[in-house]
Amino acid sequence: MAFLTDRKRVVGLGSAKTGTDHFWAMKKSSVALLILVPLFIFTFGGILGGTYEEVVAYYSRPYPAIIAALTLLVGFKHFNDGVQVLIEDYVHGTMEKLLILVMTCVSYGAAAVGVFAIARLAL
Amino acid sequence: MADVNRGNRPLSPHLQVYRPQLNSITSILTRITGNALLVGSLMIVWWLLAAATSESYFAVANAVLTSWFGDLVMLGSLWAIWYHTLAGVRHLIWDNAKMLDLESADILSWIVVIGSVVLTIFTVIVI
Repeated sequence: MAFLTDRKRVVGLGSAKTGTDHFWAMKKSSVALLILVPLFIFTFGGILGGTYEEVVAYYSRPYPAIIAALTLLVGFKHFNDGVQVLIEDYVHGTMEKLLILVMTCVSYGAAAVGVFAIARLAL
Repeated sequence: MADVNRGNRPLSPHLQVYRPQLNSITSILTRITGNALLVGSLMIVWWLLAAATSESYFAVANAVLTSWFGDLVMLGSLWAIWYHTLAGVRHLIWDNAKMLDLESADILSWIVVIGSVVLTIFTVIVI
């Protein structure tokens, strides 16, 4: 529509057309992970090596379950954003788009499987 | 543009002509550790799914994660995630245009390298 001036339509969009969205998303998830990752390392690390009964009982508790679910969600979003830059740096053309698509499916897929598993263990 | 020779021109010198430096190595390692963490993460997701499915399936996944191969991946991932975390903090500092001079950057590099090893050993002892 012509209600925006030409300048207004392009402001903040560099040659990449997306401004600083990616940078800001990376920054948000990295700060969140700064808190989540140490909590996840010590909860998951503590139970890895336990028996089936111990693992099921452990992830039935809210604290380890919520930490694990949040870490997987934010972690795989962060990974997806990061691997996108990796691909953009080294691969070009159709293969670039295809790889970003595949890695996005892997990231969201793994996060979904992880959260489903934790929900099933916890509930 | 009237450049008909696109794609067949000599490339400017790249990685192979530069002497590796603390800065470049720690930066490359940040990318490698971040992306390599996919392997350990997928194994953990698989392990959780197995635990949520059945005891017999858990036995399979748990055997893989606690085998020598699993231990190797988990230990490597532990160092990688500490390294990537510390390197991430360094980026958050740099984002504020602080400590970008060579001397400070070198100090941060050593903190990331040594800190990641210390934290890995500490974690292995504690858990």
